[in-house]
Amino acid sequence: MENARALILAASAIGAGLAMIAGIGPGIGEGYAVGKACEAIGRQPESSGAVTRTMFIGCAVAESTGIYAFVVALILMFINPFLGKL
Amino acid sequence: MKASDFIQGMKEINITGPKVAFHFDIFGVRINVTETIIISWVIVLALTLLVLFLTHNMKKKPEKKRQVIAEFLVKTVDNLVKSTMGERYKSFGPYIAALFASSIFGSLVSLIGLRSVTADYSTTLTWALMSFVMIEAAKIKADGVGGYLKSFINPLNIVSEVSTPVSMSFRHFGNVAGGMIISSLIYFALTGLSNAVGLAVPVFTIGLPAVLSLYFDLFSGFMQAFIFIMLTMIYIASAKTEE
Repeated sequence: MENARALILAASAIGAGLAMIAGIGPGIGEGYAVGKACEAIGRQPESSGAVTRTMFIGCAVAESTGIYAFVVALILMFINPFLGKL
Repeated sequence: MKASDFIQGMKEINITGPKVAFHFDIFGVRINVTETIIISWVIVLALTLLVLFLTHNMKKKPEKKRQVIAEFLVKTVDNLVKSTMGERYKSFGPYIAALFASSIFGSLVSLIGLRSVTADYSTTLTWALMSFVMIEAAKIKADGVGGYLKSFINPLNIVSEVSTPVSMSFRHFGNVAGGMIISSLIYFALTGLSNAVGLAVPVFTIGLPAVLSLYFDLFSGFMQAFIFIMLTMIYIASAKTEE
């Protein structure tokens, strides 16, 4: 029983770490978006307000996959659902 | 200055969900009244009092400062709604303003030491479901019941409809809860570091947590509130595009 619990906890910790690999995607995507926004502002400085607003919304939407992974990691770490199934 | 001291300081971390203040039974169903519910009611009361104060004793020509502030707030929201959704959705202004105000106050209560209301998934899910009902109502209004049901011939559309409230609520919850967890982890790590070096007062916790709080509480809270209302407006307005 104690072994099974330890195994589940260890596997959950590894799983939570693996889930956060999904952070790579939003990082690359948002960096790309911000870079393009900087280019746009450099070309047309007068439109910086609209560009910045749109970029922030786009970044927030692109972030959602990372947030999903983060929620999964949180569930695995703090309210482990598998411990109840022992 | 041992490694075990450092770990000893870290042992105090406990990150949990909202605490249950008290509970009562209705017809045998246990209803928990959590921290979140109580703080939400306090926020609702505070917002109501604030609005009553701002709009008290209004004149046709503003004499008091508070009327100018109230008019500025209403005008800002109206302009935002008009520029995002178009003239005919003007009536959504109060809903958007209420959502924005409760979201931003719900995130910012962490600045006075309370638990953020939006770091509880029930809160953001409630808001997302409210927005979801409005989006679907706008779609039914635009296409008629038949046209609305016809769009579900392709079963992938069901998935995309259902994913709207899920992604909206998870986004807001994940940002605020993640900020809270990272802040408390760093705070406890710095306390542990101070203990390990042997300082009676945790000096290391002075600078960094404040800067992080500025980002995670102020910036992130404001940003997520803004994104939530922007997405609500865009989804409602896009229900009726093909004319």
